Amino acid sequence: MATMRKLEEVLHSGEGKIRLRGVSRSFVTAQGPLQALEGIDLDVHAGEFICIVGPSGCGKSTLLNLVAGLDRCTAGEIWTDGHRVEGPSSNRLLIFQELGLFPWLTVRENVEFGLRRRGVLRQECVERARRVLRLVHLGGFENSYLHQLSGGMKQRVALARSLVMEPEVLLMDEPFAALDAQTRDLLHQELERLWVETGQTIVFVTHNVREAVRLGDRVVVMTFRPGRIKCQFEITLPRPRTLEDPALTLVARSVLDQLKEEINKAVKTEFRDETTA
Amino acid sequence: MRRLRRQLLFYSLLVAVWWLIADLEIWTPYLFPSPRGVLEALRWGFADKTFLVGLGISMKRIALGYGLSVALGVVLGCLIAASEFLKDTLGGTLLSLQSLPSLCWLPLAVLWFGLSEKAILFVVVMGSLLSVTINTEMGLRHVPKIYLMAGRNLGARGLGLIVHVLLPASLPHLVAGLKQGWAFAWRSLISGEMIFVSLGLGHLLMMGRDLNDVNQVVAVMVLIVAIGYVVDRLIFERFESRLRQKWGLSAAP
Ligand SMILES: Nc1ncnc2c1ncn2[C@@H]1O[C@H](COP(=O)(O)OP(=O)(O)OP(=O)(O)O)[C@@H](O)[C@H]1O
Ligand SMILES: [Mg+2]
Repeated sequence: MATMRKLEEVLHSGEGKIRLRGVSRSFVTAQGPLQALEGIDLDVHAGEFICIVGPSGCGKSTLLNLVAGLDRCTAGEIWTDGHRVEGPSSNRLLIFQELGLFPWLTVRENVEFGLRRRGVLRQECVERARRVLRLVHLGGFENSYLHQLSGGMKQRVALARSLVMEPEVLLMDEPFAALDAQTRDLLHQELERLWVETGQTIVFVTHNVREAVRLGDRVVVMTFRPGRIKCQFEITLPRPRTLEDPALTLVARSVLDQLKEEINKAVKTEFRDETTA
Repeated sequence: MRRLRRQLLFYSLLVAVWWLIADLEIWTPYLFPSPRGVLEALRWGFADKTFLVGLGISMKRIALGYGLSVALGVVLGCLIAASEFLKDTLGGTLLSLQSLPSLCWLPLAVLWFGLSEKAILFVVVMGSLLSVTINTEMGLRHVPKIYLMAGRNLGARGLGLIVHVLLPASLPHLVAGLKQGWAFAWRSLISGEMIFVSLGLGHLLMMGRDLNDVNQVVAVMVLIVAIGYVVDRLIFERFESRLRQKWGLSAAP
């Protein structure tokens, strides 16, 4: 009865861009079942920039895979725009932590890939790819192959490959982890600008609490194993923000306090795993 | 450059030693070929067109046989990779058949098709089909999952996913399979041609024996090696190195 009512609610409210209800995902591993996510309830509003932080292995990537429709929940439901997520959609793009760029294609061909599958004409693909590549400062590398690029450049290619599709929802899994501070700063600004321009909904996963507070309208802290939502912070600092802002540091500290508890739990668990193994 | 110099030196030395031994006539010239005799045999062979005809016939056969086994092998590999059932059944069978030298198919081929073109074709196909199939299957199976996820994420589905993600991602394996398949096909062809008046290179080899002409035997052998080598180097090696360069892979796996 209870689930029925919940379903009705979801169906009739139009505002939630992404709604997660009781989302759980467990894996069968050699050591037995592993509950990666348990009972996640989360609403992301249209146009919201939401950041998720949590210790390594708490299920952040798993969560994004589920929202992207590349994986299935073992329990619970995910809805976007009032429709149940049944599979991937190029309107809801995930930028993978491992990037997943195609080594057999040049940088430009990688960026064009999604457009071509969508049936966009060749000439338009070329132009759009060129524009986006300039945006991520890779204008001169259109015809390079991936192995000729640095880690940070590859991350920007992955970003470009998704941005070019102009999706309504962008799911980003630690996209700036391998960048130096200056480039990261630059891309924060670019991303923020793009987000304001396009009105995209962004779910952004990161290890870096300051980055989360710098970018997000809201920061969600996750617990460690099973992954649940521990607490959420509304970030009301005015934009544009800078990492150096003392007010930002203050907010980041209170987020970090929450996160630290979970990280300690994670470290303890991992340590125990290792000593018993 | 240094490698080329080394190779040149080595081969000239080899021929010189061969020449010397042949000139010493420790064994009778009927049994021991000399460089001069082999060169002469090659010249005569090409002058009276027997070698050219033999070459043409063999090339036609290999094109047909190898083409067939590539087409069949790729399709079969795809099917086995797609189905757990086929992998457990047919996949295992193919692996065990790989230990069979291709010449072992000959008696069966002769029983089924007689001493005919079809028998040779059968041996060629059986000789190279397995390499192509097994490598195709392995390539597809080893495609990292992230490529598939990325492809689906960006809107590739069904056939598009196969053509634009799966096949290119398994290309390094695939080319290795094609290359190995070629080597097997070429060897199987020559062995197959040796059994009857097939007019191909294998037949010329046997003809040399029938005529007691050791120089012709060696001349044809040289020809067979040369073609195998040239195709391997000029086509497969080139393609493979271009591929490795593009993918940023280092030396051969
Ligand atoms: N396919 C899978 N099979 C088995 N276990 C898995 C699988 N995918 C993830 N897990 C497990 O689920 C848990 C969450 O993994 P996930 O990759 O989502 O973590 P994460 O929060 O993204 O970590 P990180 O910050 O290190 O990227 C981990 O304990 C991991 O071992
Ligand atoms: Mg992760």
